[in-house]
Amino acid sequence: MARADQVPGIRPRPTFARRLDIAARHAFPVSCTLILMLLTETPLGIVDQPELLPAVTLACVYFWSLFRPAAMPPPVVFLIGVALDLLGYLPLGVGALTLLAVHGFAVRWRLVLTRQSFVTVWLMFGGFAAAAAALTWVLTAVLYFRLLPLGPAVFQAVLTTALYPALAVLFVRAHRSVADPEGA
Amino acid sequence: MIRLSIQARQALAKLTLPVLIAASFGLMLLGKADTLLAEHARMALADALAPIYTAISGPLAHMRDTVAGATDLWDIQAENVHLRDENVELRRWQSIALALDAENRRLKAELHWIPDPAPSYVTARVVADAGGIYAKAVLLAVGPNHGIRKGEIALDESGLVGRITEVGARSARVLLITDLNSRIPVILENSRAHAILVGTNGPQPKLLYWPEGSVPQEGERVVTSAEAGAFPANLPVGVVHYTSGNVPEVNPAAMLNGLEMVRIFNYDVSGVGAPEAARRVPRERWDH
Repeated sequence: MARADQVPGIRPRPTFARRLDIAARHAFPVSCTLILMLLTETPLGIVDQPELLPAVTLACVYFWSLFRPAAMPPPVVFLIGVALDLLGYLPLGVGALTLLAVHGFAVRWRLVLTRQSFVTVWLMFGGFAAAAAALTWVLTAVLYFRLLPLGPAVFQAVLTTALYPALAVLFVRAHRSVADPEGA
Repeated sequence: MIRLSIQARQALAKLTLPVLIAASFGLMLLGKADTLLAEHARMALADALAPIYTAISGPLAHMRDTVAGATDLWDIQAENVHLRDENVELRRWQSIALALDAENRRLKAELHWIPDPAPSYVTARVVADAGGIYAKAVLLAVGPNHGIRKGEIALDESGLVGRITEVGARSARVLLITDLNSRIPVILENSRAHAILVGTNGPQPKLLYWPEGSVPQEGERVVTSAEAGAFPANLPVGVVHYTSGNVPEVNPAAMLNGLEMVRIFNYDVSGVGAPEAARRVPRERWDH
């Protein structure tokens, strides 16, 4: 049941088109995450392109967990994580656990974080990105049972942090327009 | 829908995250216990996505070519001068090569040399990067009846690219020589010493285990060795280069960052198989 239906008040009749509109607005965060993930996999010919996939996924999950957790529930985060493992050739479960951890902490701190300025949210995201890269590195090293080079993990944290503003600008606009259930 | 009290629903909502975290640990164990599962899931996903990648890669390549063409126009004059010089140099080398080739053929005829069997090959388009943060691989789009098998060798126009590690219905995955799990027996061309080329996940794999007394020389060519029957001999791999830390690395001859087409050769080598993408001891080795 859409959140708009639980609030008392006068609103238009729930016609089929309107319900479709509400459903689309609810599905926007997840579908844009999945589409962005697939886009990073297309052959763009960029050097170090594989690093883009975890960066984009993490930014999406963090943003929507903070600003619209209802549209990014834990089971969906888990499925996105499995998709990340499969597409990004990580050992199964590593991406899922990392994303769930990011989601859990983001939801827990959202009341404080969402009131901060953009720069603060970004800086916090930098912390999240570093922790996520470290967690991925440790879990992958344990599961492969070998010491992995640190370079990619550091690069991943930096790239993820650097990509966030570009994605966040788009998401903030979407958050207020096409993804807003109240606007249906 | 089952009607639950508000408290029960809240309790369930609080439980979801821990249960899912436990599920991801379970997934890790499952992936460790049955590595074929992850491999099959990945290949199924790659098979499903390969047609989309193929459709996109055409226009993308066209766009890249257009941009490259525009930038080429910019310095066409300098490029022409450079090419003329290079052409003169290459003509000199061509005459040397032709003379050596004739001599080589004459000597082989004298020695009753058994010629290497000519390998059969297919050419496939690289449609996507199939690597991750800790893996270097590319995905090839191949037709439904491609006949490509695991362990076959991928080359681009200038050197060794890697080996086929996974084959699906419409796609195949090539593990690059720069991947962490790549180990390739090589020969240093000047000293004919054997060594192992070890992938480091970086752009240049490093050399290990060369015999004492024949240290790799800077600029020395590195070719594959037929030892262990994993590769045919004398495929060009790259050139030795020393890092600032005095570690011998190899600059790959193949353009591993901008692969567009690769040729998949079937040399019928039946020695050590290609490494498993999922780090598993091959089952057939246990069966012997």
